[in-house]
Amino acid sequence: MSSLSVNHLLGIKYLNLNDLKLIFETSDHFKEVINRKIKKVPSLRDVTIANLFFENSTRTKISFELAQKRLSADVVNFSSSGSSVSKGETLIDTVNNILSMKVDMVVIRHSSPGASVFLSKNVDSCIINAGDGTHEHPTQALLDAYSLIERIGDLKDRKILIVGDILHSRVALSNIFTYQKLGAKVTVCGPKSLIPKHIESLNVNIETDFVKALNQCDAVNMLRIQNERMSEPYFPSIREYVQQFGLNKQILDSLNKEIIVMHPGPINRGVEITSEVADSDQAIILNQVENGVAIRMAVMYLLASKLY
Amino acid sequence: MTPKKILNANELSTILHRLCFQLIEDHNDFSETVLVGIQPRGVQLANRLLKLLADNDKNNKIDLGLLDITFFRDDFRRNEKSLKASATKLDFSIENKTIILIDDVLFTGRSIRAALDALQSYGRPKSVQLLALIDRRFSRELPIQPDYCGIQVDSRLNEKVKVNWNENDGEDSVYLIKNKE
Repeated sequence: MSSLSVNHLLGIKYLNLNDLKLIFETSDHFKEVINRKIKKVPSLRDVTIANLFFENSTRTKISFELAQKRLSADVVNFSSSGSSVSKGETLIDTVNNILSMKVDMVVIRHSSPGASVFLSKNVDSCIINAGDGTHEHPTQALLDAYSLIERIGDLKDRKILIVGDILHSRVALSNIFTYQKLGAKVTVCGPKSLIPKHIESLNVNIETDFVKALNQCDAVNMLRIQNERMSEPYFPSIREYVQQFGLNKQILDSLNKEIIVMHPGPINRGVEITSEVADSDQAIILNQVENGVAIRMAVMYLLASKLY
Repeated sequence: MTPKKILNANELSTILHRLCFQLIEDHNDFSETVLVGIQPRGVQLANRLLKLLADNDKNNKIDLGLLDITFFRDDFRRNEKSLKASATKLDFSIENKTIILIDDVLFTGRSIRAALDALQSYGRPKSVQLLALIDRRFSRELPIQPDYCGIQVDSRLNEKVKVNWNENDGEDSVYLIKNKE
């Protein structure tokens, strides 16, 4: 197969194993492209893409924009601050107004879960989800899995641990879907108050003992505490959280094997992960960022071939 | 309609040898010349030529690169089929080198146009030449002609020229296949 089974990238949930493999294979080629002296190919020169960021972002926004520019697409950027959203315009109206200026593809980040699915049903354009509330962040999960495969090979029967604020994390959900489709086993770990109810229905293990969970995994993804999504405290104090779930060098060295450390960023150094660990050889955090551009190029290239 | 055999293994072998000697005549020891096969089907031809050149002079080391042109094609999104990329492998500098682009069939010339574009991402070669095993001479859509040509074939647009290689297809041969209308 050389085309995706979907016309939008709304979440990993909607992709099948062949889609994942095709995206990874295509990313290999784009990774080669972005390591050339001239990092640009003309594939999408007749495609216009709007980046609609209704929520803050550094990495994802820059990564998408670089990927678009390296595919020679035309790019328009939008962020909700300073826009007509504050004047009371609805999401559909905002997007339809932008689309009437002949935009072919929309990359959207929004604080409401399901915003991208909603848009795909209501506007006539190709939608890419760059994070919708606490729901999914598909390109992040794709680049996580791609970076991990690059480091440790096939993920079949590998054990992957996700630690931290699972409740508010869209990365966690997309991670779970991706790793499971690739045949890996997923465990989540964190304070009970930050583990969503009914998560076991997704076939993931729950472990509240951090060190025990670490000893059983091949790779760990350390998530940030999403304070901006918490209206009330979910745990007594940051200090207590760090003591129970913070990853430091001593814990890492005490494990029975060398595990891979991932982080989707932004890092809160000294909270979920210490600087020493984040900057160590076991961490692939910057590889993840590098691969993000290749993954996003692949996704947009594959979706663009389905336009018209 | 049954496919028409244009070349058998012996004829193909003769042509490959002739192309080799033409290359040696023009490029001596290949110190300033590199071969670049266009993915996917030009690579097999390039590998064959490289082997023959090596047999002829075992001390001579000739660089061979593989060039994928998928992302540079002008029929992306105009073609029903999705385009699948192959690997590019150019682990030498092409700066100031003479490049011999190698493809099995030269048809509309659009692949070669894309290849010229793709090469620019790697530097500025001194010159670029084109070697094609089959030249479908009446089908060109761009002003592109081969510098080295195996055989010229007169064909219609609805026909297809298929080059088979022993390594992949079980025999060395070239067929003219008529597609259904």
